[in-house]
Amino acid sequence: MSELNLANAAEFAIDYAKKQGIDQSEVSLHQGTGVSVGARQQELETVEKHNDAQFVISVYKDHKTGSASSADMSEQGIRSTVDAAISIARYTGADECFGLGDAGRMASSKLDLDLHHAWNADEAQMLDIAMRCEQAALESSDLITNSEGASVNSYSGSAVYANSHGFLSESLGSQHSISCSVIGSDDGGMQRDYWYDSNRNASNLDSAEEIGQVAARRTVARLGARQIASCEATVMYDSAMAKSLISHLIGAIKGGSIYKKASFMLDKVGEEVLPSFMTIAENPHKPGASSSAWHDNEGLATPEYRAIVEAGRLESYVLGSYTARKLGLESTANSGGVRNLSVTNTGQTTQQLLQEMGTGLLVTELIGSGINMVTGDYSRGAAGFWIENGEIQYPVEEITVAGNLLDMYRNIVSIGNDYDNRGSTECGSIVIDNMTIAGS
Amino acid sequence: MSGSIRFVKAPIWTFENMNQEHLSIAQATLLEPTGLSDGHLNQLMQKLTNVDGSDFADLYFQYSKHESWSLDEGQVKTGSFNIDQGVGLRSVVGEKTAFAYSEDLNAASILAAADVVSAIGRQGQNVQSNKLWRPQAIKPLYSQLDPVAALDDASKVAILEQADRAARDHDPRVKEVMASLSGVYEVVLIVTSDGRQIPDVRPLVRLNISVIVEQNGKRERGSMGGGGRLGFDYFDTSMIEHYAHEAVRQALVSLEAVDSPAGTMEVVLGNGWPGILLHEAVGHGLEGDFNRKGTSAFSGRIGEKVASEFCTVVDDGTLADRRGSLNVDDEGNQTKNTVLIENGILKSYMQDEHNARLMGMDVTGNGRRESFAHLPMPRMTNTYMHAGEHDPQDIIKSVKKGLYAVNFGGGQVDITSGKFVFSSSEAYLIEDGKITAPVKGATLIGNGPDAMQTISMVGNDLSLDSGVGVCGKDGQSVPVGVGQPTLKMDALTVGGVQL
Repeated sequence: MSELNLANAAEFAIDYAKKQGIDQSEVSLHQGTGVSVGARQQELETVEKHNDAQFVISVYKDHKTGSASSADMSEQGIRSTVDAAISIARYTGADECFGLGDAGRMASSKLDLDLHHAWNADEAQMLDIAMRCEQAALESSDLITNSEGASVNSYSGSAVYANSHGFLSESLGSQHSISCSVIGSDDGGMQRDYWYDSNRNASNLDSAEEIGQVAARRTVARLGARQIASCEATVMYDSAMAKSLISHLIGAIKGGSIYKKASFMLDKVGEEVLPSFMTIAENPHKPGASSSAWHDNEGLATPEYRAIVEAGRLESYVLGSYTARKLGLESTANSGGVRNLSVTNTGQTTQQLLQEMGTGLLVTELIGSGINMVTGDYSRGAAGFWIENGEIQYPVEEITVAGNLLDMYRNIVSIGNDYDNRGSTECGSIVIDNMTIAGS
Repeated sequence: MSGSIRFVKAPIWTFENMNQEHLSIAQATLLEPTGLSDGHLNQLMQKLTNVDGSDFADLYFQYSKHESWSLDEGQVKTGSFNIDQGVGLRSVVGEKTAFAYSEDLNAASILAAADVVSAIGRQGQNVQSNKLWRPQAIKPLYSQLDPVAALDDASKVAILEQADRAARDHDPRVKEVMASLSGVYEVVLIVTSDGRQIPDVRPLVRLNISVIVEQNGKRERGSMGGGGRLGFDYFDTSMIEHYAHEAVRQALVSLEAVDSPAGTMEVVLGNGWPGILLHEAVGHGLEGDFNRKGTSAFSGRIGEKVASEFCTVVDDGTLADRRGSLNVDDEGNQTKNTVLIENGILKSYMQDEHNARLMGMDVTGNGRRESFAHLPMPRMTNTYMHAGEHDPQDIIKSVKKGLYAVNFGGGQVDITSGKFVFSSSEAYLIEDGKITAPVKGATLIGNGPDAMQTISMVGNDLSLDSGVGVCGKDGQSVPVGVGQPTLKMDALTVGGVQL
């Protein structure tokens, strides 16, 4: 059986679906290779080689849809996958809103967004990086007593999206990372923390030593953590944790939850949902960023910039073609999600935010998923530091922070300029008034 | 959680019966289509073990078929179908593991993957491997039927439509129903360097119903689901109605809920699904890998008292038809009923081959992996607490002021510090020994070893969950089960907003 290259496989699939009498179809395919090397206690622990391939087709016939996927990209494999999708579309219900994105909005100009940087490190070099990373962590304090190790990952792959409008896009992408997790201990017991960096270009990664040192510093800082008494307090989410608040907001304005009326952000377009100093925008064409793309997952051209929340006001939901049609709106080219969010700040550094807060809780880790997306009720496990006079007093654990997201968003008092550059959301630390902390 | 949850004794199979069926299905699905012979397996194993000091190696052949359908706005709108197959190749030397996989089951592709694995390790002398492959007997705990093929698509759609009607007919305040049905059929063949060939055939089905109710402009959500290693016929009318009515009931209770209290108090957990307490508070911390590395809050504590004397906790992969059960784990070892904690004393960790070997302990049949493309690790199966002697009513009566939590979303644990959370989705205040107002969902947080010591009453009403659990660890998801009787904790922190 002959293996096709991705673009040929895509065309073969669309052509075959058409011959079976399908009205419209779309396919996405990817193929990639990865290596991950882990070291622990200064010895090689694991070497894993990844080799992924996946082919997904969705077909539309008489306003019904079905989809199927497989790793088998031989002609026979593609035919049977398409047949499976067609078979499913016989039994699903008809909905006028199903179908490809509007033909007139297909992206026409391909942009080079600097998404692919192969990393030519071999396993021995990756092992060396992992060892140096862990060594830096182990050596940075006598209180670091054990390790979960350091790992280095590299992935590089190609992807194709095509649909029966005749749209076809081929792209290459890469992602590389270094991470480290170590254990510290003292009379009060053990604590673990970690640090990582991730980038499409390995030469932009923080140094192995720096990542190891940050992991160790974070771990040591948690030693001696205690529970505090329940109280109402101002809470500062550090820049890594603050992203979760932005992500809950985006989740709540996704078309799928809106048309099912399953969101606390229902009917909020046009309303002030955040303080007026906050603008949240997506930047899909940002070079080298982790979610950059010149078209969305349905081929629609993405904008260079789009404000989702402008000066506190919710401008629009986050929509793909189906959910837009359900709501009688236009797609916002967000099939596949939002791309590279930026959140404005109020100009303070981390230190200045702490000073302004005076007394309160700095949250550096959240665990659990206690969020009701229908009502916005929020309650999550947290760890961090108690702050008085703008300074860290002691580490805190085994507490929860709770509120309602609608109130929490309105109660944001400031956002720092201390961006965490990892990942696709650029956001500083966020300070929120009037949250409930549960403890002893 | 009520009604239909029970332990079922596995059917008795003859040796001939079990061996033939599973092995022939596995060979026909995984080896024969590409003509893989015993000779090829010998050649592969030779490459994998051709490494200095090789301790063991294995091949994990897997075929998996997954189908799912989902409904909203009263109709089944989408369906998807996926087939994956491949083989994972692993070679272990001391604490080092080399791993690669192939999605192509042709001999040439697998041999190339084996070359990748053996190149990772230091080469040893060329040992001729000429094994007499020993097909292993397994004792089936569930049917080897393919649930996806066994029912026609129109009937699968009908299950979801029936769920939609059952929810809407139950209460006019139901505004939206979302339901999904999924079926998985997996065939695996595990080939080990000690010459064993172990087959398994694993069905898995699940139905989930989620509703949105509305009253006076206020909306709430409720959900219920279940399943197991079964066929879709498990979802008969009474089961579908049970799930639908339960989802509606939970949503309606939430409409009336007041703010949850904040602070440390007495907490009574209901039976069944609240057993995720055990999964988070002790389960993960007793997995062999964390304990070998000394990174768990339970490390080095076998023989110590880590829970109150009322607590006996087991991990049992041998329950018939259960979501977390397996005939054999993903390393070909028979699953077991392992006592983890007996009357409060820590007895055993959960082990896979690699960690058991390095710790000098016995394997417990807990080596699991998400797929052929992932490395196995020690993982839970069905984790539950044995029944105690108290009437659940007496447990409620014993509480002056506290929380009664009966339904939960997810949970999470920090293995090293022992801090765990789990988020309630249905809970009530207990005032003067009586259940009073429903309260909004709140996250409960505690420290595993400490929290387990505060369990002061254990009910006589053990039940297992309905079959919806998914456990994530290091990016790998596997289906699991949990269970417990009603129990009381004297002090647990409740993360509400009402001070």
